Amino acid sequence: MNVIEYFIKNIGLILKLTIEHIEITLIAVAISTVIGVAIGIFITRHQRAAGTIIGIAGILYTIPSLALFGILIPFIGIGLKPTLIALILYSQLALIRNTFVGIIHIDPSIREAGKGMGMSNWQFLRMVEIPVALPVIMAGIRTAAVMNIGTATIAAYIGAGGLGWLIFRGIASVNSDQIIAGAVPVILLAVGVDYLFILLERALTPAGLRH
Amino acid sequence: MSDTIIRFDRVSKVFPEGTRAVDDVSFDIFDGECITFVGPSGCGKTTTVRLLNRLVEPTGGSIWLNGQDTARADVIALRRSIGYVIQDVGLFPHMTVSQNIALVPRLQGWPERKRNERTEELLHLVGLEPAAFRNRYPNQLSGGQKQRVGVARGLAADPPVILMDEPFGALDPITRAQLQDEFLRLRRRLKKVILFVTHDMDEAIKLGDRIAIMRNGRIVQFDTPRKILREPADPFVRDMVGREGGIKLMKLLRIADIMDPADGMTIPADRLSEAERRMAESGKDILLVVDKEGRFQGTISYEQVMRGGRSGDVALLDRALPPAETTDEVGHTLEAMLRNKRVWLPVVGEDRKLRGVVTMTHFACFFTAGDAPSGGTS
Repeated sequence: MNVIEYFIKNIGLILKLTIEHIEITLIAVAISTVIGVAIGIFITRHQRAAGTIIGIAGILYTIPSLALFGILIPFIGIGLKPTLIALILYSQLALIRNTFVGIIHIDPSIREAGKGMGMSNWQFLRMVEIPVALPVIMAGIRTAAVMNIGTATIAAYIGAGGLGWLIFRGIASVNSDQIIAGAVPVILLAVGVDYLFILLERALTPAGLRH
Repeated sequence: MSDTIIRFDRVSKVFPEGTRAVDDVSFDIFDGECITFVGPSGCGKTTTVRLLNRLVEPTGGSIWLNGQDTARADVIALRRSIGYVIQDVGLFPHMTVSQNIALVPRLQGWPERKRNERTEELLHLVGLEPAAFRNRYPNQLSGGQKQRVGVARGLAADPPVILMDEPFGALDPITRAQLQDEFLRLRRRLKKVILFVTHDMDEAIKLGDRIAIMRNGRIVQFDTPRKILREPADPFVRDMVGREGGIKLMKLLRIADIMDPADGMTIPADRLSEAERRMAESGKDILLVVDKEGRFQGTISYEQVMRGGRSGDVALLDRALPPAETTDEVGHTLEAMLRNKRVWLPVVGEDRKLRGVVTMTHFACFFTAGDAPSGGTS
């Protein structure tokens, strides 16, 4: 019952932290998507670089978050900036890979037809490649978003704010009510965003590609 | 005779890894012609046509379209001026049938109303009911329907030249034969220059005004189907044609191609009384009777004239002889003659007017001589 009491008493704080958490994630996902999709498209045009670039994104992805913060802090200090940079770096693998795979797996005959009909590179990208690859790209954004919600929790450790703040404070003061008050909204946020993206993916899948 | 639309002048293509796909190829294509490119896989036929819309850039020689060097043309504009239809169709899966068809017009900035009208027109042309198909997606179409849409898309912006790369190659034999027949019907209406790639010699013979037979990047023979069937340039071409060259030629030629006119053999039905004199004059013992409009009525023989007491009675006519039609396949008529034990037949047009006669001698000449006894039509 203490948890509920804690919730009610601190509803303002929890809401503020939740909004902060969403803000961090939203900014990170938005910037990562622009960068990741751009890089993904770039390597469909320069496929010899694809292995290297996806490899680098893969290595970045495997670095533990605390270690990554440790490397970033000496150069850019603490707070929102290193957090966003870390989240953006982590997102790249899912975004680059999905964009690349989504575009590269478009049937070669479609490519051949588009080119032969006199579509410019840009027209083909805008009118065919992106719409056809959109469901796969959306799945990448979804992975990145859910992952960012989780990683942003840890970022509270370096002063980025968000719901992680409650969890770390709770751990430090051995206050399990406070820990749960931070953890439950994070979980709900992650599950909710995941579901939201599933709906979005479905809505954005062109009618001719639905099964 | 006609204008040269396309000229390949000593064109070669050597791929970076060293494959000589097209080797010093030269030819001219004239207005309204359909050229079929045929040969075994890897012979360079697909590469040759892809050189025209610069999906492949030549490593030697030059290619001219309507008097313009394609190497100096804007590649996007060039491709939009050439319709392109491929075996796997390549319809855009996220676009409806009408969006697919209207794509090039849309890229060229046609207003929406004109695009819609054009789409309807093309759907009718390729035998798809617009109301039923306009809003379907490619994954709701059968293979044959997809290729019909592919052809409509290739024709959309009314390009003067169309490249077709094995468009019917992936279809089942029945659908393929059906689309081939429709292709021939379409061609008569559209009068476009068509470069048609196929690995099927029968298809090449059926659809081409001229056939380019390719092997190892070179054109071995570039000629009309009849010429190729009659006079294959070398053993390779003879092999491609197959053992049934004569039979294929029979399918290709129509009775009009081998018959002779019935000059001096006809008599109007109302002047049968003159039959005996006519026979004496012409040295024939049988005459072809026609009505005032020149429509074939029947035959009358010397015996019948005699038996009828030279009365000129129309009842004397022998109407038993079923005439051949000018558009009948040579083979069908020969078959009918053998079955009915006839050594000759009158030939009529679709309007039933008498056009000529065909005899066993014509068939004999057709198989033995270098050319049919009388000139062909195409």
